[in-house]
Amino acid sequence: MFLPGRPLARRALRLLRNLGARSFADFASEATFDIKEACGVGIENAIKPTDHLITAYRVHGIAYMRGIPVKSILSELTGRQGGCAKGKGGSMHMYGQNFYGGNGIVGAQVPLGAGVAFAQKYQGFDSLCVAMYGDGAANQGQIFEAFNMSYLWSLPCLFVCENNQYGMGTAVERASANIDYYQRGDYIPGIKVDGMDVLCVREATKFAADYIRSGKGPMLMELETYRYHGHSMSDPGISYRTREEIKEVRSKSDPISLLRDRLVGSGLSSVEELKEIDVEVRREIEEASQFATSDPEPPLSDLTTHIYQTGLNSRIRGITPWQQLAAA
Amino acid sequence: MGFAGLAVGAAMAGLRPICEFMTFNFSMQAIDQVVNSAGKTLYMSAGSVHVPVVFRGPNGASAGVAAQHSQCFAAWYGHCPGLKVLSPWNSLDSKGLLKAAIRDDDPVVFLENELMYGVPFDMPEEAQSPDFLLPIGKAHVERTGQHITVVAHSRVVGFCLEAATALAKEGIDCEVINLRSIRPLDMATVEQSVMKTNHLITVEGGWPLFGVGAEICASIMEGPAFDYLDAPATRVTGVDIPMPYARNLEEISGPQVKDIIMAARRMLTGREESRATA
Repeated sequence: MFLPGRPLARRALRLLRNLGARSFADFASEATFDIKEACGVGIENAIKPTDHLITAYRVHGIAYMRGIPVKSILSELTGRQGGCAKGKGGSMHMYGQNFYGGNGIVGAQVPLGAGVAFAQKYQGFDSLCVAMYGDGAANQGQIFEAFNMSYLWSLPCLFVCENNQYGMGTAVERASANIDYYQRGDYIPGIKVDGMDVLCVREATKFAADYIRSGKGPMLMELETYRYHGHSMSDPGISYRTREEIKEVRSKSDPISLLRDRLVGSGLSSVEELKEIDVEVRREIEEASQFATSDPEPPLSDLTTHIYQTGLNSRIRGITPWQQLAAA
Repeated sequence: MGFAGLAVGAAMAGLRPICEFMTFNFSMQAIDQVVNSAGKTLYMSAGSVHVPVVFRGPNGASAGVAAQHSQCFAAWYGHCPGLKVLSPWNSLDSKGLLKAAIRDDDPVVFLENELMYGVPFDMPEEAQSPDFLLPIGKAHVERTGQHITVVAHSRVVGFCLEAATALAKEGIDCEVINLRSIRPLDMATVEQSVMKTNHLITVEGGWPLFGVGAEICASIMEGPAFDYLDAPATRVTGVDIPMPYARNLEEISGPQVKDIIMAARRMLTGREESRATA
């Protein structure tokens, strides 16, 4: 009841390790999914593949959880044609089945998520939409607009605020008059969850999903987590907090360490078993990264593809008037 | 922002929503959802996420609603790849183009005009069918002529036709083109006309700088019709100011029939005043 079964735990650890592939932070500007693994893994294990999910730009781990292979994720980061968006989207724009990205404009994904939820209810499906955002987005007006409509129309939307304590370089105390993000939905019931504990996230999400699926309307979940690295590749991450703080979180609250200690401590797994998983995962990542650096870039003709769904046989103006490109 | 985003999300998840802005002035608050979420997503997802949404509502100058409620957004939305932008003039346009917009699988910005809502037009038999569609991206020649091409969209198309009637009395024969579509812009129809008439005037209610007329003139210069021009092309536009409230000021803020007549006459005869006998 409280401790997970061995298969789940082993799978969870494998997945956590996959997502913690920090060696590839070099490729991406926003790639650093690290430490949020408990959030992504916990949520995905509590919802169904037929449920929908949308998030912001720090999307790689979520993309993996939604079923996009590691190869496709890494080669999207390197802008290759084998990428899940054929190199056209990049680090911030990955999409998949029932997964809507990958959105670059902070907060915009939340009304989009409410819209996806609207579409589920409109069509009489019992699926829900998980709309994720961070503490940095939490003060956006459009999020409150989405709350309002979701509550009014009882939309099956699970709003998830991943509070990693910093919006880029601004600590939550400096950004928000009310840092209890789970309360910010006002009339929408909210729960606060330990975002470092994958099992906690999973159980809370299950609870929320059941509530929503029963037709009672939206719910808001705040996942308390942290961010080891800076906001992006251009942020060293130490100008607004101390190294000691980062070290302390890493040693006391790292989600992978927590789960490992639990598994070993309760006899569900051994250190050797977990090492094996580690090795296997690193091998998988290594293979994928080989692919991501050797796969060719998209063909130049892809410049003008996928602008419109129904093409119009018109030429696309190029850099100069005599460069009329074909749309496709 | 909220409901525009909600509409886009619903479109991504399989519905075909029509999102109404009470006027397009309010769409400025939601413009990120229109341009970034709706317009660019098909491209960023390399074709896997479709956004079949229509944004519709009144656009441009109305009557007595002052500066914040009178802006024309044809150039703003027309600027952005990934969107289709339509601007109907009459009932035929409105019916055929709106239905085409809804059935289209791409995000379409549908710019109506409040002052045209109450204006009746004859509708041919076939236009009354529930499946009547007009093609997106195709302009329509409302009046053929030999001497000068007058290109317009939305309400001022009617002004151009009135001007054409008046000019005919002075022996000036206008070809009036109703753009219908801002993006894609049907330059082929405009070029074909200019190669016949050798003269071009664009007419729009919106502001002059970086506008629809500016785009048409630039395109004419880059295309085959340039060599056929006997005079530089002229743009007739709204005045480059926020819209004033007082009626007498509002009246002179946008192109009137007389402005179009004067521009055409000046281009063809060098004079602003008519020498025609009634």
